[in-house]
Amino acid sequence: MELILFDVLNGLLLGVFYALMALGLSLILGLNRVINFAHGGFLALAGYLAYTLLPYIGFAGALLVAPLLAALLGVVVERLLIRPLYGRDPLFSLLLTFGLVLIMEDMIRTIWGAQGLPLQIPHFLQGALSQTYFFITGYRVLILVIAVTFSLGLLAFLRYTRVGLRILAGASDLDTVSALGVSIYQLRALSFAAGIFLAGVAGVLAAGWQGLSPQMGDNLIMPSFVAIIVGGVGSLLGSLLGGLLIGLASGITSAFYPQASELVIYIIMALVLAIRPRGLLGKESVFG
Amino acid sequence: MSATQSMNQSSKPASGAEPNANPYRKLIAPTFIWLALLTVPIWFSWLGGYNLLATRALTLGLAAMGLNLLLGTSGALSFGQAAFFGLGGYAAGETLMHLAPSTPIAIVMGILVGGLAAAILGPIAVRLRGIYFSMITIAFGQAFYFIVVNWNSFTGGEDGLLGFNRQPIDLGNFALKLDSVQYYYLVLLCFAVVAGLIALLLRSPLGHAFIAVRENERRLEFLGVGARNLLWIAFILSGMIGGLAGALYALLNNFISPAALHWTLSGDFVMMCVLGGMRSFWGPLLGATVYVLAENFLSSYTNNWMSALGVMFILIVLFFPKGLLGMLRTRVKS
Repeated sequence: MELILFDVLNGLLLGVFYALMALGLSLILGLNRVINFAHGGFLALAGYLAYTLLPYIGFAGALLVAPLLAALLGVVVERLLIRPLYGRDPLFSLLLTFGLVLIMEDMIRTIWGAQGLPLQIPHFLQGALSQTYFFITGYRVLILVIAVTFSLGLLAFLRYTRVGLRILAGASDLDTVSALGVSIYQLRALSFAAGIFLAGVAGVLAAGWQGLSPQMGDNLIMPSFVAIIVGGVGSLLGSLLGGLLIGLASGITSAFYPQASELVIYIIMALVLAIRPRGLLGKESVFG
Repeated sequence: MSATQSMNQSSKPASGAEPNANPYRKLIAPTFIWLALLTVPIWFSWLGGYNLLATRALTLGLAAMGLNLLLGTSGALSFGQAAFFGLGGYAAGETLMHLAPSTPIAIVMGILVGGLAAAILGPIAVRLRGIYFSMITIAFGQAFYFIVVNWNSFTGGEDGLLGFNRQPIDLGNFALKLDSVQYYYLVLLCFAVVAGLIALLLRSPLGHAFIAVRENERRLEFLGVGARNLLWIAFILSGMIGGLAGALYALLNNFISPAALHWTLSGDFVMMCVLGGMRSFWGPLLGATVYVLAENFLSSYTNNWMSALGVMFILIVLFFPKGLLGMLRTRVKS
């Protein structure tokens, strides 16, 4: 019993990472019309930046500053490389970010080395909260709390602030928003930065949980795509839900049949699509 | 318009636009290309290359050409081509190990398995368009990746499939040993057959319908032609070609590993098409050749060759979206 609970919790944690990434990807997909392949690269970069910053500003500081730096770099990339491609076939931005993946992974390997590194988390978070029931460390609780806070924070920001509403409106009808005199370029830079920031938070948290490696983003980006498809393209809430769902499914599967723990998310995707082609919360129009 | 014409590398006289053009002009480039391909084992080593590298470029070029049937012709960006490539490779390897010690049967099995996988996944994928199509194909590709990685007893898991060798082909009076030069020509033969079939297909009504999916899907639907079924057919053909290329690739190395199914390889295939020019017939082969040579050259000079490749990709996307061939062609015309 404890073992299953442990796997469920692990699945939930995994789902949290998928969801954080999927949320950012989905935001960028919606407004910028870019499948950001480099999302995993930014995630890893934030993790490594946290590793370097940690001795100076502590874990809490790194958790905030490293994603911000990654987001800043994201804005630079958006301005210099992605902006020229707006309005062109989405294929080109997809390919450009694919090229970016190669560069980012390579750079990380050059700067920090190819072997895995541990990210030191504060001592008081490492211990188990309870010895009697099941083994859960404070750090795992922290991951859940922070991920929930940031996801809900983003959703609240989009729903209740003027800028956020503009981003949402732009995602569904960019021309009208632009005709109303809103600067699309600023909006897109902002949504790109917000998406990367979430990936960065996920990166730092993941580094504390499973350590750093140059390919750490690769393992998370595909499930995040699946999360978006399962949840419904065009729905942020759907991405969140999809991420948690496939994470949980993956965790529970690993209790019974570990070999299929990665495969199960693709099976879920195929099932969802067979029954409901637009995904769980997707809008009909998106899938045409 | 120009894309359609350039895909027909036949001797059909140029109509209308260039009344004075020599009807044989269109034959010049293909003649040179085929001559060059036929003589690779002679001149390639002078340039510091070796047969394995040339065969590698040709197999990857074949896979890219198969992908381009979707990407360049129908405008559907499939990001799961590596799945068919890898499945074809495993099918060939398993055939040699368990079914029959015959190279031709192994190759045919690769084609069949690649086509079958595409036939099964097609109906779900072709409901989507644009980047959503890309996302679903990449996700399907990953599903196969994880099946192969986790099915240890059959596929060898992470380590890949070892222990098969391409078998000599018995032709009655004499046997083809399939050493590196002979194997190159076997691959070239397969490539020539596929290239010929694609060229024929693109001139056929079906090929024109494929292009119509890209150019104006709505108008096609008005004419009562279902774009989904067309895309499905293109998807299956592309899967079969991918499977063939994968089988040839596995036989080339006498080895196949999960890396042949990974999504990064799918991205590489797409890049090869874009690099060479996805709207031209020879673009994918040129892209694959440049890619293989660049990888080979860069990795012997610098540890950061991945960055160099990435920069090359980004520059192509930003400045030469028509690819190398598109660039050359505008040069020639102006």
